[in-house]
Amino acid sequence: MGEGRAFVVAGVQVAVFRLRDGSLHATQAACPHAGGPLADGQTDVDVLVCPLHLYAYRWSDGGSSGPAGPLRLYPVRAVDGDLLVTA
Amino acid sequence: MAGMGGGDQRVLGGRPEGVTSLHVDDELDTRSRIVVVGNGMAGARFVEEVLDRGGDEQFCLTVFGDEPHGNYNRIMLSPVLAGESDEDEIVLNSHDWYADNGVILRAGVRVERIDTAAKQVHADDGSVTPYDHLVLATGSYSWVPPMAGVRRDDGSLLPGVHGFRTIDETRAMLEATGRCRRAVVMGGGLLGLEAARALQGHGLQVELVHAMPWLMNAQLSREAGAILEKSVEQLGITVHLDVLATEVLGDEHVEGVVLKDGRRLDCDLLVVAAGVRPHTDVAVRSGLEVERAIVVDDQLRTDDPDVYAIGECAQHRGSVYGLVAPAWEHAKVLADVLTGTDPDAEYHGSRTATKLKVAGVDVAVMGVSTPERDDDEFLVISEPKRGVHLSVVIRDDKLVGATLLGDTRKVAFLTQAFDRGAPLPEERIRLLVDLSDGAEEVGVAEMPAGSQVCNCNGVSKGDICGAVADGCGSVGAVMDRTRAGKGCGSCKSLVKQIVEWAADGDVAEDPAASWYVPGIPLAKPALMAAIREQDLRSVSAVFAALAPGGTEDARSKMGLTSLLKLIWGADFVPQKDGEFINDRVHANIQRDGTFSVVPQMKGGVTTPAQLRRIADVAEKYEVPMVKVTGGQRIDLLGVRKEDLPAMWSDLGMPSGYAYGKSMRTVKTCVGSDFCRFGLDDSTQLGIDLETRFQGIESPAKIKMAVVGCPRNCAEAYVKDVGVVAVGAGRWEIYVGGAAGATVRKGDLLATVSSGQEVMTLTGRFLQYYRENANWLERTYDFVPRVGLEAIREVLDDEAACAELDAGIQRSIDAYTDPWGQDAAEPATPGQFRPALPLVALPQVPVR
Repeated sequence: MGEGRAFVVAGVQVAVFRLRDGSLHATQAACPHAGGPLADGQTDVDVLVCPLHLYAYRWSDGGSSGPAGPLRLYPVRAVDGDLLVTA
Repeated sequence: MAGMGGGDQRVLGGRPEGVTSLHVDDELDTRSRIVVVGNGMAGARFVEEVLDRGGDEQFCLTVFGDEPHGNYNRIMLSPVLAGESDEDEIVLNSHDWYADNGVILRAGVRVERIDTAAKQVHADDGSVTPYDHLVLATGSYSWVPPMAGVRRDDGSLLPGVHGFRTIDETRAMLEATGRCRRAVVMGGGLLGLEAARALQGHGLQVELVHAMPWLMNAQLSREAGAILEKSVEQLGITVHLDVLATEVLGDEHVEGVVLKDGRRLDCDLLVVAAGVRPHTDVAVRSGLEVERAIVVDDQLRTDDPDVYAIGECAQHRGSVYGLVAPAWEHAKVLADVLTGTDPDAEYHGSRTATKLKVAGVDVAVMGVSTPERDDDEFLVISEPKRGVHLSVVIRDDKLVGATLLGDTRKVAFLTQAFDRGAPLPEERIRLLVDLSDGAEEVGVAEMPAGSQVCNCNGVSKGDICGAVADGCGSVGAVMDRTRAGKGCGSCKSLVKQIVEWAADGDVAEDPAASWYVPGIPLAKPALMAAIREQDLRSVSAVFAALAPGGTEDARSKMGLTSLLKLIWGADFVPQKDGEFINDRVHANIQRDGTFSVVPQMKGGVTTPAQLRRIADVAEKYEVPMVKVTGGQRIDLLGVRKEDLPAMWSDLGMPSGYAYGKSMRTVKTCVGSDFCRFGLDDSTQLGIDLETRFQGIESPAKIKMAVVGCPRNCAEAYVKDVGVVAVGAGRWEIYVGGAAGATVRKGDLLATVSSGQEVMTLTGRFLQYYRENANWLERTYDFVPRVGLEAIREVLDDEAACAELDAGIQRSIDAYTDPWGQDAAEPATPGQFRPALPLVALPQVPVR
């Protein structure tokens, strides 16, 4: 809960998060700033924070308050206990 | 030209060897000649003021200085002696500056006499320099009271005896601190106290002898002096009052002093700071009128119409000043007169207000210190326990004197009331105490634009606001532009406040600045109280109860996790998403997403078996780099997340906590077991400390060290907690040191007589820091912010100590080795899964 995990989907690495409000989100796995492992980042209902340099990206549009980004977001939903990520 | 002083001594603000300046032949120069005798605070400032008024077109300027150096800030010699400032930082005008501005500097040349009839200056190098206008700015010298044996037959001071007036004297003392163990400082005025404090900071045992019945008797009342004495004694400096020294012992080098009552004080360093006397010998030899100092009129003119005197060597309307602000006022008035900028400019005396830090205690004094007339109002607030003494003297509804000792928050308002006779509040107590909360902002806002902020440079609030309006965007830029805070520096915090206030929009007031974490609008004490009262044991519970709208905040989670562990110990309810990745996997994340593994190595002591195991593990997991750390441990860098648990199992060693906001490591030296200089078993004490405080989480990381003697091989003086053996079973405990981006020598918290006391006191200090520091505030910021005295007071309070002991014990009891625990079974199924599955890690090859 609140943590991220990384998966390979159709040859692309994707970081998937289930937030404390129950919502699901999927993003590119490497930070657009310096390649940091986003699945190791910290989250709240608004943003994802990369663990390397603490850039924060909005779930809403992938943008950040700093110069980095935007982050690629993928639609994700739960189907019968599986997670379905679409490009 | 005469020799440049003491041979091997470096010239402060000097020029590289071989650089010379050419001057136009005197015959061809049609400008009038100004000769300045003295290159100190007054003389050099006068030259600057003349240049500022375009005076280089009118005048050819020559400056004589009997020191070989450029012009330096004499006020800052105390920080240099204390090791807090580098001597290069106190240079005001280098030799290059004089050359660049066409000013002839005759450094290292002493003027012997003036022929006022022929208008010529005779110097000790045999030179004769003609002048049209002569300015005497010869300053003062350290007065050495008559004592048998203080001088040798040739009139020089006995080796080991030093004045405290020049950079050369300061250097000599600094050099002596390495060899000397016991110092006697003669003189309990400002300079003596600062010298005592600085020498004590170098580890010397210091005794202070003062001829008067209380310290700083020229500025403070007896009561305030007594409180200052207590604060000074608490620093570990022994004070002897109301007694003269009659004899200095030692033939080749000082060995001690004998007091008038017969007591003998042994020492190998004697500092004489018993007052200064104006340098008037040149004026006397030249036939000028001299009383206590060189007598001048309202235009700083002596009884010779072309000779002037400014600064500490001048006596104006019966007053001789020993502060820099009047000297600089003299310089301005005389520059106005001589350049013709304002030929009628006059000096009418200074109302001296001064704010300084003496021996670590804030002091501000202005005007009289005690009532002088029957109907003078006198208000005193005295808190000896806190080391605070505040008083004001009011005459005819005007402030005529104020003394602030130990608490100078009201100095801005009082200075303004003193300088300008501003109306005083009906309730006089408001002069000394803020009866409403948060009045500090108001104080700055309410100050009139004309009120002086920087006394040294005469900068007003209006000047500062003007600089901000002109686009100075930082405190530093404002200071550069206005010179505010560039004298003694004591007004810097007020300057900062005004800049912040004036820059309103740009440096907008941030209410979040006082919050412990950005997502919960509470300062630390209120946050801790709410967590306890509402029994909030997890990060998500804190957000639900205390965050606006119950909204969680990613940037607040790490700080809250740390705080909850501190409050609840073993009863904390962990949530993995509340932790930073380092704490989730007990390793430090690296730039490519790999981790570093640092096993615990208590006190930096390891064994062949341990090293063999580390070597085997490094090879087995193809660790790209094995590195010895600055904390006396071994770091395995570039480890894949998924390999962590297996590595820990193979290592069979506990975590060294090299990744957390927690107690990291205790460095040690080899102590008395092996070192021929070791005074005590620093190695074992370091191991004991690390064992007791391992893994304790805190607002920021904590680094410690224990050394077996003051040679400080394991750098204990610059640690958050540093312990130094001083012999006979005694240990000094330093706190708040740093040797990172900030370098700071720790403050001596206490000297104790056993290792057990070190353990107890360290625990209490750590717990006090954990409970009171801001998130990510290291001890080197925390200790100066809170004040060593405040910390000592807590440590003197039995009830408070009992609570601190219980608090730290709760965390010690909650300690478990995270590697042992999570290697056996991951805390969550995904704890050690790769986060970048398609990237081949590590990205750095094996070295």
